[in-house]
Amino acid sequence: MSKKILRNEAFQSLFASFICIILGVLIGYIVLLFINPTGAGEAIMEVLKNFFHYSKANLQIKNFGNTLVKTAPLLMCALSILFSYKVGLFNIGAAGQYCVGICASIFCAIQFGLGWLPCMIIAAVCGAAYGAVVGLLKSYCNVNEVISGIMLNWIALYTTNMILNNVKETTSPYTFHLNTHGEQAMLPGLGMDKIFAGNTYVTIALPLAVLTAVAIHIILEKTKFGYELKATGFNKNAAKYAGMAEKRNIIVTLMISGAIAALGASFMYLTDYEQWSCTSSAVPAMGFNGIAAAFLGGLNPIGTIFSSYFIQHITNGGAYVDKTMYCSQISDLISAIIIYLCGFVFFIKYTMNQILDKQEEKAALKEKAAAEANTQEGGDK
Amino acid sequence: MENQYAIEMLHITKKFPGIIANDDVTIQLKKGEIHALLGENGAGKSTLMSVLFGLYQAEEGIIKKDGKEVKINNPNDANALGIGMVHQHFKLVECFTVLDNIIMGVEPNKFGFLQKDEARKKVVELSDKYGLHVDPDAYIEDITVGMQQRTEILKMLYRENEILIFDEPTAVLTPQEIDELMQIMKNLAKEGKSILFISHKLNEIKAVADRCSVLRKGKYIGTVDTKDATIEELSAMMVGHNVNLHVQKDESVPGDVVLDIENMTVASKMHKNNAVKNVSLKVHRGEIVCIAGIDGNGQTEFVHGLTGLEPLVSGKVTLCGEDITKAAIRRKILGGMSHIPEDRHKHGLVLDYSLEDNCILMNYFDPEFTDKFGFLRRDNIRKYSEKLIEQYDVRSGQGPITIARSMSGGNQQKAIVAREIDRNPELLIAVQPTRGLDVGAIEYIHKQIVAQRDAGKGVLLVSLELEEVMDVSDRILVMYEGEIVGELDPKTTTEDELGLYMAGAKRDEVKA
Ligand SMILES: Nc1ncnc2c1ncn2[C@@H]1O[C@H](COP(=O)(O)OP(=O)(O)OP(=O)(O)O)[C@@H](O)[C@H]1O
Ligand SMILES: [Mg+2]
Repeated sequence: MSKKILRNEAFQSLFASFICIILGVLIGYIVLLFINPTGAGEAIMEVLKNFFHYSKANLQIKNFGNTLVKTAPLLMCALSILFSYKVGLFNIGAAGQYCVGICASIFCAIQFGLGWLPCMIIAAVCGAAYGAVVGLLKSYCNVNEVISGIMLNWIALYTTNMILNNVKETTSPYTFHLNTHGEQAMLPGLGMDKIFAGNTYVTIALPLAVLTAVAIHIILEKTKFGYELKATGFNKNAAKYAGMAEKRNIIVTLMISGAIAALGASFMYLTDYEQWSCTSSAVPAMGFNGIAAAFLGGLNPIGTIFSSYFIQHITNGGAYVDKTMYCSQISDLISAIIIYLCGFVFFIKYTMNQILDKQEEKAALKEKAAAEANTQEGGDK
Repeated sequence: MENQYAIEMLHITKKFPGIIANDDVTIQLKKGEIHALLGENGAGKSTLMSVLFGLYQAEEGIIKKDGKEVKINNPNDANALGIGMVHQHFKLVECFTVLDNIIMGVEPNKFGFLQKDEARKKVVELSDKYGLHVDPDAYIEDITVGMQQRTEILKMLYRENEILIFDEPTAVLTPQEIDELMQIMKNLAKEGKSILFISHKLNEIKAVADRCSVLRKGKYIGTVDTKDATIEELSAMMVGHNVNLHVQKDESVPGDVVLDIENMTVASKMHKNNAVKNVSLKVHRGEIVCIAGIDGNGQTEFVHGLTGLEPLVSGKVTLCGEDITKAAIRRKILGGMSHIPEDRHKHGLVLDYSLEDNCILMNYFDPEFTDKFGFLRRDNIRKYSEKLIEQYDVRSGQGPITIARSMSGGNQQKAIVAREIDRNPELLIAVQPTRGLDVGAIEYIHKQIVAQRDAGKGVLLVSLELEEVMDVSDRILVMYEGEIVGELDPKTTTEDELGLYMAGAKRDEVKA
């Protein structure tokens, strides 16, 4: 009976994700030990505790809200990667598409004074267009989507810097705050700030992201479109043989992926929680963390909701590490180690099956030996 | 007393979800013998061989080599014991060369540097000695299945294996290649190698095997000396009843033209010349036209060009009066073209999909399977797949939800044939439709093909098997080096004459 559970696909995914998390935390701890043994235990606890760092309930809630605010865009990036992955494409360009989304949302909000919905839609359209570039290159010029994705990430970054330069503060590299220069574009909170102890950054972004996850799950599992996309991902020759338009499917997939990532960006920047620094020299890590979140979630849209939260939880938690004992980069380092280990879900699953196989074989051998012993005894009598 | 058995597999039981693939099976392989394994599709032959090769672990039973019990936990163990296997579906790296595939895992090296010249010399020697002609520098994806198979055999010989497992090696070969392979196997046995040989073709088993063990639905039925058994006896032993090995059919009554091909030319992927040169032919309703020929004479490219998997260089194709030369594949499918592909894994199936999802691969968008909001109608899909499974006797562990990858090769083929015939096409293009099927299944599929013809459909059959060509078709077109070199009537021609055309020794000017 218990063997059955251990062989269950869903259980295995869950179990493997947990093992990854534990391993990640352990290795993170060891690294901290090397740097400064005295504060290591405390530091790793801070990472895991995140908002529980505060003792007051309302501060906890408020900071929990902050983690959620950043979970929404991460979830969107993870979904973007997951969606194309199901079609056999590795959309590393999600980071660039996210960046395009930032550029479009902020620029439309401040320069054109558009409302939040048009801002979001324009961001999604721009992201889709940017994803389409990767798709076109892939299907018509046979350019690997990883290569073109990485290059387009850089183009997106510097274009964003250039365009947003027009809407930035004169004294700092950051773009204007929306609450002073584009209040009409701020996402509605629907009163959720009351639940989160006055945290006004908590908006409809979070429920929208969760809805997207559910929608993607339904599209992939229940619809004709999903059937076609997954068939292309599993075996593109068979898809062609069956008359599916594989070229079109590749482009459409990357457009949807791009739109999701870019929407994720507007979920973040239309809350005014963060502003874009026009001197950024790297695309936001969100797009790359999305890869880890997608894998940690077992490449299941619903699982990804939880894995995204977890990754954001430890990323935020990193900020509470005692900076007098560790240099300020340590928080990123520790979360990075944990996130990195999260990518090992499939390896863990594989090892798990191997161990189970071995055990079953041993059990079978034992049984056989016992049976033989029995028959021999029987014979002796 | 010296042990006479090279390998003994005693009381092997191997279960998969929903099915006992091997149920207390015992086979004993004598030293230097060729031992055939016979059984219906899904009887458990490949599974038993995979147990011997260490790919699966049996739940019960033991394996002895030279009388001593051995544990084979993975293919490396098998290799160390001198056991080699040519799989039913080859296990070659497509983007590597023949030579790289042969030496993979046992690369000769000095201080970690590859010594390819040495390897090449050995491979060339082996290939000369056994007449296994391959080009060591060709890429696997570019060569014919026959050559891929020779590569697999060389792989075993290169590793100096003593016990050789051939899982349906002849299913993909031409009659000439089969004769060669039979000779090679006999030579290998003479040298003292012991061979396990799986085939559905009883005459091959009669021709080379010393003994033959029969499996049915996972159970061991018995072992016979092949020289004492007739083909009829063997087939009855295998399926449990008598099988009619010849196709019964009435005279064909050709009607209108279904398919009209004019001057079709298709490029080759292997060389600069065209693979198909200026081919013209017509298929009428109510007739089975067969393209015969030795593998690699352009049949594959011809079918790919016709079905749209590869572009045409020039020519015109008309299906039921509609010009489909440039039509998309979906258009051709909807226009009534049905295609049983040559390579079931590459084109025919999405191996990671369930059997039921594979059943609707060509018409998933049909209102029967997709509602107007784009959602799949799972109930109907289940019902439809159950119907096909029942009708075509597709056997698997868990029915509609079985993952196609886990099905036996013959049952995968039956699923494809079922899907393509059941769509009720105007034109059925069947490339090697009975490849890898047992005699019972072949009988059934041939009947279905004839039934399509009698229902007024056109059938274009591409086959490498002379018997099938002579038996099933109403008209034979021989393809040689990309051209149609002869049109023959199966009722008046002989296999010898057909052979001459196929070898290029004889040709007529054919006007379609
Ligand atoms: N990996 C697997 N997982 C689940 N079921 C399997 C697996 N491999 C084989 N089976 C099942 O075991 C049965 C025996 O399969 P096997 O491939 O041994 O048949 P076979 O005798 O080689 O048939 P064929 O002549 O069609 O190749 C089949 O019903 C198949 O569905
Ligand atoms: Mg088999």
